[in-house]
Amino acid sequence: MKIAVCIKRAPDMESRFKIAASGTAIDETGLKFDMSDFDGYAVEVALQINEKAGSGETTVICLGPDVVQETIRKALSMGADRGIQLKADSVPADSLAIAKALAAELKDGGYDLILFGKHALDTMTGGGGPMTAELLGLPCLTAASKLDFADGKATARRELEGGAELLEFPLPAVVTIDEGIARPRYPSLKGIMAAKKKPLDVKPAQLGEVRVTVEKMELPADRPPGRIIGTGPDAVPELVRLLQTEAKVL
Amino acid sequence: MPNILAVAETRGGALRKVALEAVTAARAVADAAGGGEVHALVFGPPGMSAKVESLAQHGADKVIVCEHAAYDKADAESMSATIAARAAGCPVVLLSASAQGKDLAPRVAAKLNAPLLSDCLTVQLSDNAVTVTHPTYTGKLIATLKAAPTPVVVSVRPNAFVPAVNAKALAAETIAPATDPAASRVKVTEVVATGGAKLDLGEAPVIISGGRGLKEAANFKLVEDLADAFGNAAVGATRAVTDDGWRPHADQIGQTGRLVSPDLYVAVGISGAIQHLAGMRTSKTIVAINKDAEAPIFKVADYGIVGDALEIVPVLTAAVRAARQSH
Repeated sequence: MKIAVCIKRAPDMESRFKIAASGTAIDETGLKFDMSDFDGYAVEVALQINEKAGSGETTVICLGPDVVQETIRKALSMGADRGIQLKADSVPADSLAIAKALAAELKDGGYDLILFGKHALDTMTGGGGPMTAELLGLPCLTAASKLDFADGKATARRELEGGAELLEFPLPAVVTIDEGIARPRYPSLKGIMAAKKKPLDVKPAQLGEVRVTVEKMELPADRPPGRIIGTGPDAVPELVRLLQTEAKVL
Repeated sequence: MPNILAVAETRGGALRKVALEAVTAARAVADAAGGGEVHALVFGPPGMSAKVESLAQHGADKVIVCEHAAYDKADAESMSATIAARAAGCPVVLLSASAQGKDLAPRVAAKLNAPLLSDCLTVQLSDNAVTVTHPTYTGKLIATLKAAPTPVVVSVRPNAFVPAVNAKALAAETIAPATDPAASRVKVTEVVATGGAKLDLGEAPVIISGGRGLKEAANFKLVEDLADAFGNAAVGATRAVTDDGWRPHADQIGQTGRLVSPDLYVAVGISGAIQHLAGMRTSKTIVAINKDAEAPIFKVADYGIVGDALEIVPVLTAAVRAARQSH
């Protein structure tokens, strides 16, 4: 299959974040960046589909400044065939503007399947996939935890609260990927070497009008410091008393 | 006066709790912006219109019921087309940031060529602009975002708005879908229940969660027993435990799993990795039971007990049962 995977560069979420002097962004100094988690699953899914079929091509697309080439190379080192950077000075907070740039690139690509992670871990919006599908007029399903292609029919599963939907859909389609579907592989040394020679095109991002702005970025209010009330089963009566009288949840 | 369109979510022909939260949120936005009307839009199978009284009770001036036999299941294509068609003249279209709402909201935004603000904790409409707060970076930071001009599509985080009664006379209108669900390309063939009769993690007032400290999958029985003792509790798990297959992935609480904020969160045998804390740190009261007094979970726990979860939990279960029986 001809598969496109739209990926995003995001900081390591284990980092201790600081707010930049502007007050509207994080301070990126010293942070480690990588492909956003769910996007890694999406790349893995694409590679497995084409490996199983024994043919096909996986293209990764990433919007942003030149530093995102590192993220594209990571996907290429996992096994993707080629990369496209949609060059922009920064990644806007407006997912529709981004979707417009992606749709402009994908429109004439002849892709059978377009994958996204279900959301980026930094902005946590999850708009890019379904919006791109709408702009391209393609069928879309979100947060797939299982995907199957057999007898010319595509089926998927998506998790709901306390349940799951089983779905059928035609190709071409846009699918966003949940975790648990496949474990992203680590790039091999051979993969890393090969990635250096794979094509990486750079094109200007045709962003739509940006209508969402970050007014402020702040740390959430701190929880009161933790309190240990006792040790072992003997502490249970005191816990029950506090849950009843202080927290009033029992 | 601006009117707000709120999508009130159903499943299997019944309103979900997030439906009341969405109407409550829309009511608050409309009132703060000068008192426009709240129009609640509901999708359901024939007969749905007899089950929407609670939306008026929670502040909907008008309830628009889109009935179709296909809507015992979700059909995102025809639902998003219907929402977009009914959005005309509304500066804000408000949905729940549930699995269904997160699927619909971006489609509606693209159809309306409107900006999207996802998973919001607060929503404000003024001067043709919408300002929200939204957890970012797996909940470690809170962003204040502004989208302008209206219309703007907004989804609100489950549990961020407490359903509030604000009774209006029920004014219901029944409509047909804007596009035929039979023509939709993606079909939901089946909806399977994964939680049995148990409460969902996003809606349960109490969550009992287990981690590696339980030592083996079979010991999750202790966590389930404690949840039973509370009577209103759901069972969650850490990523380590779901990755090892002790529990289904859908039960995972953390930055890549469910983000929850129940009234009470009991962490059993959980050390408190950053990735787990991201999913539960907004819980109102946190209890931690762990054998390592230095575990990071104790830094956020209102009440911590140091010790072996396998010894402590059965005693707690019995004590909770006794406390609830004496009410």
